[in-house]
Amino acid sequence: MNLAFKGPMDDGKPKLPGSLHVNRRLDTWLAFHAEGLVTIRPGKVELGQGILTALAQIGADELDVALARIRIQPAATPDSPDEAVTSGSLSVQESGMALRHACADARRIFLSVVAQRTGVPAEEIAVRDGDFLAPDGRVLGSYWAMADDALLAEEASPEAKPKPPTERRIAGGSAPRLDLPDKVFGAPRYIHDLRLPGMLHARIVRPPSRGAVLREVREGALPGGTTVLRDGSFLAVVAAQEHHAEAAAERVARRATWEERDTLPDEGALEAWLRSAPRESSVVTERQAEAPAPAHRVSAAFFRPFLAHGSIGPSCAVARWDGATMEVWSHSQGIYNLRTDLAKALRLPPDSILVRHVEGAGCYGHNGADDVALDAALVARAHPGQPVRVLWSRADELGWSPFSPAMLVEVEVEADAQGTLTAWKQEVVSNGHSGRPGRGKEPTLLSASMIADRFPVPLSINPPLAGGGGAQRNAVPPYRVPALHVGLHRVMDMPIRSSALRGLGALVNVWAIESVMDELAALAGEDPLAHRLRHLDDARSRDVLDRAARMAGWASRPKQEGSGYGLAVSRYKGTGAWCAAVAEIEAAERIFCRQLWLACDVGEAINPDGIANQMEGGAIQATSMCLLESVRHDTRAVTSDAWERYPILRFSEVPQVQVEIIDRPEAPPLGAGEASLGPTIAAIANAIADALGVRLRHWPFTPDNIAKAA
Amino acid sequence: MSVAFTLNGAPVAPDIEDDAPLLAALRGPLGLSGPRFGCGAEQCGACVVLLDGAPVFACNLPVSAAAGKRVETVEGLGTPDAPHPLQRAFLDLQAGQCGYCLSGILMASAALLRRVPRPTEAQVREALEPHLCRCGAHNRILRAVLRAAEDMAPA
Repeated sequence: MNLAFKGPMDDGKPKLPGSLHVNRRLDTWLAFHAEGLVTIRPGKVELGQGILTALAQIGADELDVALARIRIQPAATPDSPDEAVTSGSLSVQESGMALRHACADARRIFLSVVAQRTGVPAEEIAVRDGDFLAPDGRVLGSYWAMADDALLAEEASPEAKPKPPTERRIAGGSAPRLDLPDKVFGAPRYIHDLRLPGMLHARIVRPPSRGAVLREVREGALPGGTTVLRDGSFLAVVAAQEHHAEAAAERVARRATWEERDTLPDEGALEAWLRSAPRESSVVTERQAEAPAPAHRVSAAFFRPFLAHGSIGPSCAVARWDGATMEVWSHSQGIYNLRTDLAKALRLPPDSILVRHVEGAGCYGHNGADDVALDAALVARAHPGQPVRVLWSRADELGWSPFSPAMLVEVEVEADAQGTLTAWKQEVVSNGHSGRPGRGKEPTLLSASMIADRFPVPLSINPPLAGGGGAQRNAVPPYRVPALHVGLHRVMDMPIRSSALRGLGALVNVWAIESVMDELAALAGEDPLAHRLRHLDDARSRDVLDRAARMAGWASRPKQEGSGYGLAVSRYKGTGAWCAAVAEIEAAERIFCRQLWLACDVGEAINPDGIANQMEGGAIQATSMCLLESVRHDTRAVTSDAWERYPILRFSEVPQVQVEIIDRPEAPPLGAGEASLGPTIAAIANAIADALGVRLRHWPFTPDNIAKAA
Repeated sequence: MSVAFTLNGAPVAPDIEDDAPLLAALRGPLGLSGPRFGCGAEQCGACVVLLDGAPVFACNLPVSAAAGKRVETVEGLGTPDAPHPLQRAFLDLQAGQCGYCLSGILMASAALLRRVPRPTEAQVREALEPHLCRCGAHNRILRAVLRAAEDMAPA
C-alpha cells in the first residue's frame, strides 16, 4: 500500500532499504543531542499498534544506546521523511529497515571520525551506550560530545552494515510500549486532548442521508454564543465551549431542511447489486493446464456486506488558519497525502499547509481521520487566528467514515478422485478498497463533496497485486493447482464510500479459499490439515499450520454435539507474515467462538510481545467482524450509526487466544498487524461447518445466515 | 451557580451549567484528559468514572448529579511514581493497544476490586461488559485485573 504502491523504484540511485531510498539524508531520520539523547524521526505513525516502540528498539540497537535515550518525534510535514501511509503491515519493512540502515550508517560515520581523530582503528572501537571505547577501555568520545558536528548532513551510504542478528540486544526483546504509561495514567496524549489557547469547538451537522442537499436552516437561539457555518451542504456549529457546540449541533440538525433522495442499493439485495452493477474486469493471474475430467467439484459464492472501522474514539482534528498558513493536527495515517488532498479541497498551495501527526484512538485503516481534518480546516478558515477543534460524533464515525466495501467472491474448484486440486477459478467482485487521499486528481475527503464549490467523489481503486492489492488481496490461492484463473471485478458505482480496512479483500478471499479447501477435503474423505499440507509447497505455510494444529491438539480434537473445530492458513498478501489459526466454536442460540490458537511467522521478531498483541487483537477483531458485524442501511441512509445497531464483541464473548511465534532471526522482518484476521475468520467458518454441517455463504455468521445456508 | 463536589479527593466547583454533562466539566473547566468521549450514549464505557465509588457514564450524567459527591477518575487512581496496582498490572502485562478504552476500564475495575477483592474471571468479564475495546486487548485486560487483585490481596 505504501512504497510498494508506487511500484519498484528505478531512479538510477544505489538501492537503500525501505523508505530510506526515497528519503536519503541521514539527518532526516535522526539527530543526537549533547544531553545524551537521540531523536529518531520516522514518517510512520503510531496507530495504537505499538510501531514507535519497535522502531525505537531498532534504532537503539544499531546505535548501541539504551532504549531510554531514544525520543521519537511525531511525523509532521514538511520535515519528516515522506513514508506515504502507515498501512499494509509495512512499517517494519519500510520505516524499520530504513532506520536500521540509517542508524548503522550514523554509527559508522561517527566511528570513522573518532578513528581519524584518535588513531584507533574504527573496527576496534566499541560503542557502549553511546560512548566510544578503545580496546583498553579509554573513552574516545561519544555521540553526545559530537552531537553538533553536523556529521549526519549527508545521504546514507549503501555500504553501511547493520549488525548481524546474533549481535542484536534490543531488537528481538519485548520492550514495553513507550506510549502505554500515558494511556494508563490518563495523561494528555491523544489528539482529543490537544488544547490550544483560544481554541474553538466545532461539530458538523451531517445530512440525514447520502446525497442529501441542504435547502434551509431556520434561525433560532443557540447556547453559549454558538455560531453556524454553512458552505453548500457542509453545515457546522462553532462555540467556545465544547458542550455548547454539542448541544447546538442537535438543535441545528432539527432546524435544517434537506432535499433527500434514494441513492443506496436495497440492503437485502446487496449481493444482487454486486452482480448487476457496472464493473471493470481484469485478470489477476491465469495459468492454463490440461485438466482431466474432475472427480470432485466445489462451486460457491461468498458474500459479505459493508463493514465499519468502529474506532472507540471518534475522529478528531484541530486546525488553525492565520491567513497564509493552514496548520492541521491530525491522526491521519499519511500526513503528506492528507496535505495533498487538503490543498485540493481548500484550493491552497500544498506548501501553505502543515500537517502534524498526533495519536488518535485505534486505527484499523482509512477511517474518518483525514475527513475530519478537512472539516476542521473548513471551519478554521472562517475563524482566522483561532484554533478550531472538530470532534466527530459517534453517528458521524459509524455512519460517515469510509467503509470496507461489500464483496462477493465466487470460487469454482476441481479435483481428481484423491481430492488433489486440478483447477481453481476465483472471481472477486467489489468496489475499490482504497479511497485514500493524495493519490488522485480529486480530493477524497468527505466534506469536499458537500461544500458549495464541490468536488465529485472519486471512485475507490484496487492497488495492483504487486502493491498488495485491494479486493484481490490474497485471492490467489496458496495451494498447488495446475490450472488457475483469478479475476477482479471493480464495481464502478460507489453509493457508499469505500476504502481500506484492516486486511482489505484478504478477509473474504481467505474465508472463501479456506472454506472450499475444507469442502474438498470432506469430499475426498481427507482430514483438513493433511489435505492442506499436501497442497502447500511453501515450507513456512506448512510450519505455521502444523504448529497451530499441534497447539490446539488438532489430531485428538473432541467431537461433541454443539461444538466444532476448524483451521485455516494464509500468508498475508502472499508476501507478508504467515499465520495459521485453529478455532473452537460453540453453536448455541448463536455462534460463540470459545478458543483460538494462532501460530505465526513474521521473520525476525522485533518485539515478540507486540507481535503477539497484534496477532491476538486482529483475531479478536476478526471474530467480532464475522460473527456480528454488518453495516445496516436503507435506500437513503446508513442506519447502523450507533453501537446498539452496530454491535461488536464484548468482554463476555471474547475467546481465549493462544499465540505462538516461530522466530526466524535471520529472515527479514514482516509486519504483524493484519496477518491473523483472514485465517481466524476462515477457521471460525470451518468450525461452524464442523459443528453444524452447514457451509456459510453469507457474512456475518448469524443464526439467520446459518439458516439460509442450511 | 457552580455545582460543588470532590474530584480525586479535592473540592471543586467547575464553572459550567448544572445540566452540562459531567464529562464536559471534567474535560473542560477541570482540565482532565483521562475520562474520554466515545459515544455520548452510554454504550462504550470510555467515559466511565466513579461517583461515590460506583461506575457511572460521565457522558450523559448532568454535573448536578455529582453535587456533594465524590468523583474519581483515572488521574486519581495513581501516578507514574505511585501507580495503583491496576495501573502497574496493566503496564506489566502490556494490557492495551490504542489505550482509548483504558481509563473507563481501569475505573470500572477499581470499583470491582473494592467490592470483590478476589473476583473470578467471569466476574471481571461481567464488570467490564459495558466497555468496548476495538483493538482486541480483552484477554490481557482480564489477566491484568486478576493480577492486580492478587497483588492487592493481603499476604
